[in-house]
Amino acid sequence: MLKVRDLVVAYGGIEALKGISIDVPEGQIVTLIGANGAGKSTLLRTIMGLEKPRSGSVEYNEENLKGLNSQHIVTRGITLVPEGRRVFPNLTVLENLRIGAYLRKDEDGILKDIQRIYELFPRLEERNWQMAGTLSGGEQQMLALGRALMCRPKLIMMDEPSLGLAPLVIKEIFNIIRRINESGTTVLLVEQNANMALKVAHHAYVLETGRIKMEGSGRELLENEEIKEAYLGKKKK
Amino acid sequence: MNHNKRNIMLTLAALVVLFGLACFVQAEVDSYIRRIVNLCLIYAIIGLSMNVTNGFAGQFSLGQAGFMAIGAYMVGIFTVPVELRADVFYAIPMNPHLVNVYMPLWMALILGGVLAAGIAGLIGTPVLRLRGDYLAIATLGFSEIIRIIITNATSITNGALGIKNIPPLNDVRYIFLATAISYVLITLLLNSSYGRAFKAIREDEIAAEAMGINLFYHKNLAFMVSAFFAGIGGGLYGALLGTVDPKNFLFTLTYNFLLIIVLGGMGSVTGSMFGAIIVTAGLEYLRVFDEPLELMGVAIPLFRPGLRMVVFSILLMICVLFWRHGIMGTNELTWEKIIHFVKHPLAGFRKKGVQGK
Repeated sequence: MLKVRDLVVAYGGIEALKGISIDVPEGQIVTLIGANGAGKSTLLRTIMGLEKPRSGSVEYNEENLKGLNSQHIVTRGITLVPEGRRVFPNLTVLENLRIGAYLRKDEDGILKDIQRIYELFPRLEERNWQMAGTLSGGEQQMLALGRALMCRPKLIMMDEPSLGLAPLVIKEIFNIIRRINESGTTVLLVEQNANMALKVAHHAYVLETGRIKMEGSGRELLENEEIKEAYLGKKKK
Repeated sequence: MNHNKRNIMLTLAALVVLFGLACFVQAEVDSYIRRIVNLCLIYAIIGLSMNVTNGFAGQFSLGQAGFMAIGAYMVGIFTVPVELRADVFYAIPMNPHLVNVYMPLWMALILGGVLAAGIAGLIGTPVLRLRGDYLAIATLGFSEIIRIIITNATSITNGALGIKNIPPLNDVRYIFLATAISYVLITLLLNSSYGRAFKAIREDEIAAEAMGINLFYHKNLAFMVSAFFAGIGGGLYGALLGTVDPKNFLFTLTYNFLLIIVLGGMGSVTGSMFGAIIVTAGLEYLRVFDEPLELMGVAIPLFRPGLRMVVFSILLMICVLFWRHGIMGTNELTWEKIIHFVKHPLAGFRKKGVQGK
């Protein structure tokens, strides 16, 4: 579904991505793990059209996304849940969801989808009229997910959905990610919480300072000794 | 949706009542008060226009005086009766292409608005890439450039002498209608999906962009709409004064409107209305402080021309210190709130716990 080939992205003279190739097949959860500064967020931002690559290509359903604005990328069915949630704090939960459907014109469908999201996240329905800034971290993350789902994405990209959340809430969020995937949406997940991410992922990539260091199925990487030591906090035996 | 219909009816009814009030003011009230009412209404239009960029789209722009000048000069150039123009342009004669062009006031107002919006579009393309303070400085600079161009285009604008003999507009009804139309149009825009996009940009540009909102297009749109209504307001201002002069449109004029929207609430349409009334009427009624005062036979030395501004500034400082979001914040005075207040006038004073769910 999504093919990234030899992507190089630089901020000024510094290359954040030094030639990366990944594949995201339809219907799967693909995860990218890596430490701070590995280039995970840069990759997502580049796919979204928020950064311009120096070289390499991003293909989505056989179409090159190079040079497209983010609004055109959203209309093609790709959406991003940005790092740190970034809900609109002084707007209500409902307004946040409606902005998610900004590029859609079918009022009936939008209302139906809002209902669907409230079924997925009953907590949001209770807080319908509350300012998004007054929600707890976990609720804000749910809102950010809901907002992204409002544009009916075929591919949803999430940038560290577990950032700053309590373990129980993280579990809930990952359950929801699984449910979103089961309902037919492809997921590209960027995480520092390697343990959780590898457990839900069909396929995983390990990113280190702008390069892919390793790839494999989620389970393979979970059992890999190097990964265990570097990302899962277990000692080598 | 029943409520929606009721709200529209109530708004229409309120507009009719207010129009009736405007007719009453026009017919019965003395010219001093009438002038204050007119100024309030005009300042409300310009305050509203400034709130579109600054309060709703979150772009800190200080170019309002320049756009007002464009509107005012369109009224000045085109509505002075043709036979009086030689008197006005006595130093350097008026450009022969313009000297016989006359327009009714409403047409000159719309032309001024459109021209202001067009120039805003041109300025906006480079300037709206800036953010925060930098945008403020750049727009301030452009507003001064507009003023300086006007000062030097002598054959069109009569330069530093200004244009006199504009048929004075002292009709509350006319100005009220202009304000009402501006209010309705701006409210409709802000309640549409465009308004939602403006607010999203104000709250978080990166998230807005990730939702597929075209930042540049919407910022430019807000800027142009704002300039359009500032042009209309400026035109009415020129017509109310009966004369336009480049010195009227110094950048300090912009701060009046900044004051109005900060006091009323950045991001609140009804707030701008209240802000305009409070600032304009407040400045007038504080004139007491400008007159000498004798207390028990002793003249208090503080009471002299200028004290009014000191008192006003202190009041403002107090307001900003203790009431940071202005009167309305980003809220609106809605019919629901008014009806709720009429039904339960004391609800606001009760403890939150008593109100229940």
